[in-house]
Amino acid sequence: MFKIIRKRELNDQVMLMVIEAPLIAKKAKAGQFIIFRTDELGERVPLTIADYDADKGTITIIFQKIGRSTMQLGTMEEGDCILDVVGPLGIPTHFDEGIKRVAVIGGGVGCAIAYPQAKALFNAGVKVDLIAGFRSKDIVILEDEMKAVSTNLYITTDDGSYGSKGFVTTKLQELINSGVKYDCVVAIGPVPMMKFVCNVTKPYGIKTIVSLNPIMIDGTGMCGGCRVTVDGKIKYACVDGPDFNGHKVDFDELIRRNSAYKDFEEDSRGHICRLTGGVRNG
Amino acid sequence: MANMQPNKTPICEQDPKVRARNFYEVSLGYTDEEALNEAKRCLNCKTKPCTTGCPVGVRIPEFLEKIVEGDIPAAYKIITSTNGLPAVCGRVCPQENQCEGKCVRGIKGEPVAIGRLERYCADYMASREIKIERPASNGHKVAIVGSGPSGLTCASDLAKLGYDVTIFEAFHTAGGVLMYGIPEFRLPKSIVQHEIENLKKLGVKIETDMVIGKILSIDELFDMGYESVFIGSGAGLPNFMGIPGEGLVGVYSANEYLTRTNLMKAYLNEYDTPIIKSKAVAVVGGGNVAMDAARCAMRLGAEKVYVIYRRSEAEMPARKEEALHAKEEGIEFVYLTNPIEILGDENGRVNGIKCLKMELGEPDERGRHSVNEIPDSEFIIPIDTAIMSIGTSPNPLIRSTTHGLEANKRGCLIVDENMLTTKKAVYAGGDAVTGAATVILAMGAGKTAAKAIDEYLRNK
Repeated sequence: MFKIIRKRELNDQVMLMVIEAPLIAKKAKAGQFIIFRTDELGERVPLTIADYDADKGTITIIFQKIGRSTMQLGTMEEGDCILDVVGPLGIPTHFDEGIKRVAVIGGGVGCAIAYPQAKALFNAGVKVDLIAGFRSKDIVILEDEMKAVSTNLYITTDDGSYGSKGFVTTKLQELINSGVKYDCVVAIGPVPMMKFVCNVTKPYGIKTIVSLNPIMIDGTGMCGGCRVTVDGKIKYACVDGPDFNGHKVDFDELIRRNSAYKDFEEDSRGHICRLTGGVRNG
Repeated sequence: MANMQPNKTPICEQDPKVRARNFYEVSLGYTDEEALNEAKRCLNCKTKPCTTGCPVGVRIPEFLEKIVEGDIPAAYKIITSTNGLPAVCGRVCPQENQCEGKCVRGIKGEPVAIGRLERYCADYMASREIKIERPASNGHKVAIVGSGPSGLTCASDLAKLGYDVTIFEAFHTAGGVLMYGIPEFRLPKSIVQHEIENLKKLGVKIETDMVIGKILSIDELFDMGYESVFIGSGAGLPNFMGIPGEGLVGVYSANEYLTRTNLMKAYLNEYDTPIIKSKAVAVVGGGNVAMDAARCAMRLGAEKVYVIYRRSEAEMPARKEEALHAKEEGIEFVYLTNPIEILGDENGRVNGIKCLKMELGEPDERGRHSVNEIPDSEFIIPIDTAIMSIGTSPNPLIRSTTHGLEANKRGCLIVDENMLTTKKAVYAGGDAVTGAATVILAMGAGKTAAKAIDEYLRNK
């Protein structure tokens, strides 16, 4: 059982939780993830580790209340215990030696994961341009935190209600056009955003790291549900990732595969025939 | 005088039409009378070939004799003296290749139904309080990685010798493939948990949610005071064919399909686990896992379920009973056929599987036929779900994080005849060593390792 130490609402949809998990905290590195399960009937859901504190024995997760499991997690309070937390899973993010300037790009709740990446780079003396995109002003999260770990923080909103109007790609293109030379770009957010960031960086040959979050069950390489096509080959996000070279990822396939259970989420409370012994679709 | 009836005493099973739509156990087990009748078929022959066919060396004629005497607790005791999981083995062992395959009654008729009788004894005792004595501790700590058949067996044997055993399991529930892989209708999960509870009574500790290789390394286990480690981490990475279309929505590995269904209980409404509502399903492969996946698909409501296998029925590796049960339930077998592409619609969802007809070539030195494609024999089967069940490769997590642990080119851990790996005091067994194999072979490996670990620690 994993105790919730602190809970903080970042906006209507996004929640931060600090969880007691001393063994995970001791091993966690930026880019790795955990899998949680709130109760016996729940799904196993992967979430990237937003922060960790080995001394205090805690990890921080930031999540959007979007599906049944994350909503359930969102209802839990400080002092409550999460049934299962497994990790740290996946390979930590790897940056090449000697990089000098990096654009870290976060989209929506993805900023929660972009933030620790920026922090690690910034603390290592790398110049960090942090581009954080949101739909509108009311859902902007972690602004002060991001400002503290970046050379420049650029906030964009789709509707122009805060920062500059447009998408993160608009800002990135602008910066590249103005002559900024990036050694690397890190993009974390919705799959279409990561795809379009890669479309921007590819012509310039800027190495682009993306953090993928496909559908997953065990997180240890057993089920194969999280497979993605990278450079024409099957890769498993849980053991080969979750970071990949964005220029090689088949994003369209990933977008399709991530929507596999959309219908299911919609009618998951549907009728079940008792004549079949409670067997679903029986 | 032995019962000379040539065939096995029939066993009561759920009607195929009914069971094809529920997850209750298929085989209902022997009654007391049926078990007695069947046990009497044993000739108690001098050579006891059956025992040599058992990877864990169950003393078969002895326990059959106890059934005939009506002393089921004694029969059970004989079985469990060498086999820690009788209720499991009685249900899922490929007896036709093991004990029953060697039975002399099988020469002129059917062998004694040893598997069914083993199950009978275990089920008989399951409803009765069994006194489990916790042995005195010898003060030595052993860590077991993985709570599947090899890990449970190794833990059981070591605990009986007084070792302080802790099992580390990556999933939230112990049992490994017995929980996530083999379906409820073939091996009820309550039975697996009952066996695990018995293990805990022996003093074995189980820590779930622990992915060794990530949260703790093998070397750290030694630092924590464990004097030996057994790795039974299972098969891991599912194989795909590498044909176009395997990234479409509706293509599963058998591991994922079975895990969703069995461990995550997608077939029960109160669980949140989603699974695609399939109408027509193709399972690619001919092993036990393929049979399990096909039969789950049928129970989850599919109208058509095909098993596509590239060789002919005679070569199919699945346990005979599973294939027979699958056929009875309406699953169609498409032999001598190999998929070359999975087809999808404009939304990227599976809508067909394109296959080629195959023909058998010459048998190789092991007697296994090669297969060759028949040119211009392409045809399409309309489906909405494809389940790839063509084997697995061992899990890379531990070997990639453990210095000194060597694997062969297929990724299987290298061990000697005592299951000792290339790293001191680290033993391994089960699918992590052999690649995908059977429950009983994994149990045999766990047993061998337990013996070797005991010898190593006593002479240390």
